[in-house]
Amino acid sequence: MRILLVEDDPTVAGFVAKGLREANHVVEHADNGRDGLFLAASETFDTIILDRMLPGGIDGLRLLETLRGQNNTTPVLVLSALSQVDDRVAGLKAGGDDYLTKPFAFSELMARVEALTRRGKTDGPQTKLLVGDLEMDLLSRGVRRAAQKIDLQPREFRLLEYLMRHAGQVVTRTMLLEGVWDYHFDPQTNVIDVHVSRLRQKIDKPFPTALIHTIRNAGYMLRPE
Amino acid sequence: MADSLKFRPFFRSASVKLAAVYGVLFAISAVALVLFLLWSTTNLVDEQVEAAINADAQGLLERWNEGGMPSLVLTLKERVAENVDDDAIYFLADAEEARITGNLDAWPAKVIFPNIFYDMAVTRGQVVSHAAVRRFNLPGGFLLLVGRDVRGPQQLKRLLPGTLIWCAVLMTVLGLAGGLVMRNLFRRMVADVSATAEAISRGELGHRVRRSGRGDEFDRMAEAINTMLDRIARLMDGVRQVSNSIAHDLRTPITRARARLEDAAYHAQGEPELRAAVERAVADLDGVTAVFQALMRIAEIEAGSRRSAFAEIDLGPLLADLAELYGALAEEQGLTLRLDVPDTLPAFGDRDLVQQAVANLLDNAIKFSPQGTQIRLSAYVSDRKIRISVADQGPGIPEADRERAAERFFRGEQARSTPGSGLGLALVQAVATLHDGALLLEDARPGLRATLSLPAVPPARMEPASSARDALAMGAVAQEPIV
Repeated sequence: MRILLVEDDPTVAGFVAKGLREANHVVEHADNGRDGLFLAASETFDTIILDRMLPGGIDGLRLLETLRGQNNTTPVLVLSALSQVDDRVAGLKAGGDDYLTKPFAFSELMARVEALTRRGKTDGPQTKLLVGDLEMDLLSRGVRRAAQKIDLQPREFRLLEYLMRHAGQVVTRTMLLEGVWDYHFDPQTNVIDVHVSRLRQKIDKPFPTALIHTIRNAGYMLRPE
Repeated sequence: MADSLKFRPFFRSASVKLAAVYGVLFAISAVALVLFLLWSTTNLVDEQVEAAINADAQGLLERWNEGGMPSLVLTLKERVAENVDDDAIYFLADAEEARITGNLDAWPAKVIFPNIFYDMAVTRGQVVSHAAVRRFNLPGGFLLLVGRDVRGPQQLKRLLPGTLIWCAVLMTVLGLAGGLVMRNLFRRMVADVSATAEAISRGELGHRVRRSGRGDEFDRMAEAINTMLDRIARLMDGVRQVSNSIAHDLRTPITRARARLEDAAYHAQGEPELRAAVERAVADLDGVTAVFQALMRIAEIEAGSRRSAFAEIDLGPLLADLAELYGALAEEQGLTLRLDVPDTLPAFGDRDLVQQAVANLLDNAIKFSPQGTQIRLSAYVSDRKIRISVADQGPGIPEADRERAAERFFRGEQARSTPGSGLGLALVQAVATLHDGALLLEDARPGLRATLSLPAVPPARMEPASSARDALAMGAVAQEPIV
């Protein structure tokens, strides 16, 4: 994937770019808003990682608004040291697809970038999700694994649906909290782990192979062995 | 030039200005008073003379009417003889102004018109003196002149200005002296206040304005200033406490992370050990970030800016969702979470913040509950307030700590061993205050019942609710034990 990184701090930029390149992405880096806007407008990227506070007269939100004004729909992940709820809302309102507060774990950034690019690719409404021998019917709301019916609570269903839609990607706890429960705060205890472990009891326990994998220091991933 | 420079600070002094203004005002009023006195005294003297002349003439005319010329002449002679002060002037003349009787030598040539007071010099027996006179035309062409010698009043008039000028001088001097006294009083009072202000800006925060104990305005002002200073001192203490706690709560994990990294840099043997040390240091720093985030969040809530995001929310599903999220966690810890919430419970507020506040309460309850006990999340409306309460059967919070439990970084004895930042209840408190509600911590016998109360109608439409602090200060005790 081609990723544009607009970030003025050389340490953070170097760290992010290195990580992304290790994950086999092509990274273009701009360290100010003007260059960032030029690159974003003139070339094609799969995702843009955009810092909010930038030198060079054009800050992140201005850049984003200009880009959206040109009907550029490249997914944008806004990075910011501003953590207040209003700032987050402002970032999303300006056209950002996701918002990540500094300091962040690289795994969180990576997971969110991959989720963003995947989101751009889904074509048309799906009625069925398939991962290995796990099958989810979105219309009848039925779940089967190896032709065996699995009963899920509504929340478990939504949790599994989220994992299946992001199959093969790392999904962090925060992403689950936001995506499944629509909560935008950081619970002090890992309530998410408990729910994932309950889901595992139903999806993985009765079967020889596990589909839900714990990714250390990051989150979870649903993938066929 | 040098002189004016030297004097400028003197005249800039507010106390000197005050004294000068006082003195000048006093002098102006003294002069005005004296002038008025002078004017009214001379007027009074003139009026009295004129009144005496008129009364005299009235009596004489009556005589004329009663007894004609002989009676008038007789009366005039009598009056002249009886006039002890020798100030009365009479002159009766025929149509040719020739003397019939009277105590003047001749008809004064100036007196031509009747009914007008003439102020003039008259000659009486070789003596020249000053008199006020009036002419009366009698029937038959006779002329009557009645007057008063005004030498005495004239003298008074002449003396009066001099006396009064001295009076004015005296009053001006007194006024200036009074001004100086005022200046000193003012200066002493202001000196106290400014000395206190200077001491405080030097950092002597314990300094206070001295009170005279007289209970006057200055005293009351001193008291008001002292009360203000006390309040500021208390706030400063609070801020210092918080910053000390921040320093402590952030310094500890930072120190730990630093130590781990340094230790690993010097002593780690092999990559796995180094990696593990780095990972633990990152975890420590994440902890710092979390504390920092929580502090920022509380500050953001306390600033009140989020009130603009208030909307109608339904607490029924909101609380049910939270119970579902935390129910799994409770179950895993061998606890039961009972939900006792109506299906719909409309409220007005910030969805995210209410969620987070209740999540914090549930989190606390789960953290402190012994295995096999029950946690109850209930919500109901009473007394125009929505009460969301989380009750556990854990150790509770000792009464002495309850009031401080919602302070930032406060951690009770039992809480010290458990993980947490000591900011959970502080956030709930901030959310409650933002919503014009309250956080009430009670003894649930056993355990703790934390109740977050929110106004049942939008805050703008109701009278100000009692503050959270009042509710905490009441330290109410639960009436019914949890079943």
